[in-house]
Amino acid sequence: MKSLAELQAIKDKMKDKVVLREGSAQKRVVVGMATCGIAAGARPVLNAFVEGVNKEGLSGEVAVTQTGCIGICQYEPVVEIFEPGKDKVTYVKMTAEKADRVIKEHLKGGKVVTEYTIAAFAK
Amino acid sequence: MKELSLNILDIAENSVKAKAPLTEIRIDETEKTLTIAVIDNGCGMTHEILKKVTDPFYTTRTTRKVGLGIPFFKMEAEMTGGTFSISSKSEKEHPADHGTRIEATFKKDHIDYIPLGDVVSTMTTLIQGHPESDFLFHHVFPGGEAFLDTREIRKELGPDVPLSEFEVITWIGEYLKEQYTSN
Ligand SMILES: Nc1ncnc2c1ncn2[C@@H]1O[C@H](COP(=O)(O)OP(=O)(O)O)[C@@H](O)[C@H]1O
Repeated sequence: MKSLAELQAIKDKMKDKVVLREGSAQKRVVVGMATCGIAAGARPVLNAFVEGVNKEGLSGEVAVTQTGCIGICQYEPVVEIFEPGKDKVTYVKMTAEKADRVIKEHLKGGKVVTEYTIAAFAK
Repeated sequence: MKELSLNILDIAENSVKAKAPLTEIRIDETEKTLTIAVIDNGCGMTHEILKKVTDPFYTTRTTRKVGLGIPFFKMEAEMTGGTFSISSKSEKEHPADHGTRIEATFKKDHIDYIPLGDVVSTMTTLIQGHPESDFLFHHVFPGGEAFLDTREIRKELGPDVPLSEFEVITWIGEYLKEQYTSN
C-alpha cells in the first residue's frame, strides 16, 4: 500500500532539482483545456506531453502547461509551442501519437512537424 | 463527452477559473446510480449568470458569452432519467461564504448512460495544470472507496516542491489507482 510518507523521499530527491530548474524552462507547451478541447480529446494529449517530455529527459527545458479556450474550437485539441526567439507553432487536431512525434522531432530535434500545424490544415 | 470523468474535468476547470482555493469532487456510486458533486469556494455566480449557465439558449447575444460545459453535463444526466442541480453564492453578495455546488445523478442502467471512465487521469490532469489549487477527491462505490486530499500531499512536500512535478503527479496517479485495485 502506498502511503503519504513516501512523498518525503520524493521531496528529498527533488530538492536540488527544483532549485536548479527554477526559471530555466525555455520552451513552453500549452494545451487548450476548455470544454471544446476536453471533448475533442485534450486530456490524453496533455498526458502524452507530460510523460513524453519526462521520458525524453527534456523536463529541465520544456514546461507543459494548460490554458482555457484558444478560440479555434473546430481544430481542437490544440497545442501551442513557444520557444524564445522563434514564432509560435500551433498544432491542431492533436492525438497522443502525434504528441510523441512532436516531442521527438520538434522539442528534441528542433524541427517543426509541419503536417500537424494549423497552416497545413487550413489549406 | 465520451466519459463522465471528462465532464468532471470540465466542470472542475470552472472552479479553478473562479479562483477557488479548494475544489471538492465527490462521486457516490450505488449499483444503480452515480452521483457527481463538484463543490468549490470560488467567486461564485450572481443570480443572473446562474440562470444563464444552465440554458445555452438563454442569451440573446450573437457571440457566445456563456459556455456549453454545464448544459452538456445537465443534459447527459437528464437523458438517463437522472437529476441535475446547481447553486451558487457570489462573493459580492456573500463575502464570507461563497462558492458553487453542481450536482448530477445518473441512472446507470439507462441506455444513454455514459461510463465514468478514467477519473484518476482527470485528477492528475487537474493537479498538473493547477498545482497551486487544492482538490479533495472522494469516490465511494459498491465495495470500496478512493480518496485524495492535495492539502495532505502539500503538507508532506513542503513549499519548495510544486505538485505539478512529474514525480509527484506520477505518485498521485499510482496512489489513486491502487485504491481502486485493492478494493
Ligand atoms: N464553479 C464556478 N464558479 C463561478 N463561475 C462559474 C462556475 N462554473 C461556471 N461559471 C460561470 O459560468 C460560465 C459558463 O460555464 P461553462 O458552461 O462551463 O462554459 P465555459 O467554461 O466554456 O465558459 C463560466 O464562464 C463562468 O462565468
